[in-house]
Amino acid sequence: MNEVNRVRWRCRRGMLELDLVLARFVDRYYARFTPDQKRLFGDLLTLPDNDLWDMLTREEVPGADEEMAPLLRLLRRC
Amino acid sequence: MTNVAKRTFDTLVIGAGGGGLRAALQLADAECHVAVVSKVFPTRSHTVAAQGGINAALGNVSPDNWHWHMYDTVKGSDYLGDQDAIEYMCRSAAQLVYELEHAGVPFSRLDNGKIYQRPFGGQSREFGKSQATRTCAAADRTGHALLHALYQQNLRAKTHFFDEFYAVDLLKDADGYVLGVLAFEIETGEPLVIEARTTLLATGGAARIFQSSTNALINTGDGLGMTLRAGIPLQDMEFFQFHPTGIAGVGNLMSEAARGEGGYLLNAAGERFMERYAPNARDLASRDVVSRAIITEIREGRGCGERRDHVLLKLDHLGADVIKQRLPGIRELAMRFAHIDPIERPVPVFPTAHYMMGGIPTDRHGRVVAPAMFGPEEAVPGLYAVGECACVSVHGANRLGGNSLLDILVFGRAAGNHILEYLRDNPYPRETPPDALEVPLQRLRRWERPGKGETVYRIREEMRSVMERHCGVFRSGDLMTEGIRKVEELHDRLQHAVIHDRSKVFNTARIEALELENMMEIALAAIISAQARQESRGAHSREDFPERDDDHWLKHSLYFMEGRRMDYKPVRLKPLTAETFAPKARSY
Repeated sequence: MNEVNRVRWRCRRGMLELDLVLARFVDRYYARFTPDQKRLFGDLLTLPDNDLWDMLTREEVPGADEEMAPLLRLLRRC
Repeated sequence: MTNVAKRTFDTLVIGAGGGGLRAALQLADAECHVAVVSKVFPTRSHTVAAQGGINAALGNVSPDNWHWHMYDTVKGSDYLGDQDAIEYMCRSAAQLVYELEHAGVPFSRLDNGKIYQRPFGGQSREFGKSQATRTCAAADRTGHALLHALYQQNLRAKTHFFDEFYAVDLLKDADGYVLGVLAFEIETGEPLVIEARTTLLATGGAARIFQSSTNALINTGDGLGMTLRAGIPLQDMEFFQFHPTGIAGVGNLMSEAARGEGGYLLNAAGERFMERYAPNARDLASRDVVSRAIITEIREGRGCGERRDHVLLKLDHLGADVIKQRLPGIRELAMRFAHIDPIERPVPVFPTAHYMMGGIPTDRHGRVVAPAMFGPEEAVPGLYAVGECACVSVHGANRLGGNSLLDILVFGRAAGNHILEYLRDNPYPRETPPDALEVPLQRLRRWERPGKGETVYRIREEMRSVMERHCGVFRSGDLMTEGIRKVEELHDRLQHAVIHDRSKVFNTARIEALELENMMEIALAAIISAQARQESRGAHSREDFPERDDDHWLKHSLYFMEGRRMDYKPVRLKPLTAETFAPKARSY
């Protein structure tokens, strides 16, 4: 409970669009995540809002590492 | 004060958006011991959503000067803006922009190397004669660039940050001095008293009180709730700006760029209805005109969709290439949130609440002012406010694009400077009375109560729906009287609501409950102020009083929580050095 609360709170962002996408994502997928995936998602949430938004909306993200790629694919569907 | 931990600073800033961080920087650079409290990490404040830019009469593209900017702002405010504050803001603008440039904001450039400026609605040369080009921008992410630069500068200047702390209530003594705040750490749930000789509220707007809103979820107006509970009124709360083209059902913005590039609105009959409402400007008429036209179409049965509750924004005639090249961000939003590709089909849109012009009454030094023994604007000692939560008032009844980032910077700096003076004059901390914590601690404990009751979520969504229907784009006396009754009922129901999570650690349900308590008081302030104002001015549009009435209503509203009563004070029509711009009919 506390852990998912913490993640949900960190999904509160400066832009409504990110609020909506991240909340959908957590609702749909977070419960089924492995500890590694949870850690990666936590890392993603430390990014600045506009960078995060770019990662979710651009087809190809230069510099995004391979480990992150499957997570980003899921996020882009939300 | 017994067992609650305590920290002490010279100054406390609540809110880490652009206004709070600009003030904090001013203070930290002057060796002041300053703390910033923020419920989310500082760079996630709503300032990042300000894409447009900052107005300053630099004259880099076409001739310009602060006096024309001042005229536009006074006229845009529908003459409700205070002209001394507006002059001060417009005169300071250029210097503030150069300071930002030095702080590291990467402004877009012209070919000659000067800061790029773009034209926005409501900007003019020579007092209304022709379009001006006044908005300085860092591509389409000016707010983001500004916030990050200010945050970095604050880290350098050793500002102390309380990240993920939620401020509950202001602490005051019997003489009315504000002495700091009771907050709690979200991570542990532990309360913390933060004492300071001066407290600056910079908690942002509250347009989340409406069902359809462009605002991020954090915009719950916490500072406004704290102000009301401290016995201080809120000013001009009837004035909320609605943006005409939010994605229906979601609220986020299809920016004016969509219509600027040639997009237009259609009703259920496939008619380009703006031609009837604004024969010249059509779909590019000002925000309030387009919003009212959309609502009228829907009310007269010409709305689209099964429930006839929206209109359509048509872009497909522009062709795939134009949409992909010039409106990629808008296409992305439509596809993601409306599940529609605007290259193929029009996008359902509905007016959406965007910006709060009213707020905590301040003077142009950022000092919170309230009626007291010797007049309507006496400073509350130790308390300051800046940004969207404050009403200084430079936006009056309607804000111009590009003026909100300017507002937060100008008055963030001004408040910082005045706080330094106050700290010099008041070198010793006052003692916090032992009973000052009682009421705020009770507010916290109230949500630990077990038992059955309604959920916070349900009451919040009902409140937002009532505000939208009863206090939205169009207003009338009867509609609002009924709306007030409904919000009062919801307010009572909230007293009996429960949350099911009673843990201490990361109890976000409790935060949402405290946020709703703030939003509920703000909703009451907005609808009661709106019902009282019997005229139409700027963003406040009454069907039963369709004209502006300067004889009776050229004055600021003040709403007090106690007794839910209204009071009024005059508009400051006298600028600092310029001549007064006397009220005239506002047409574009």
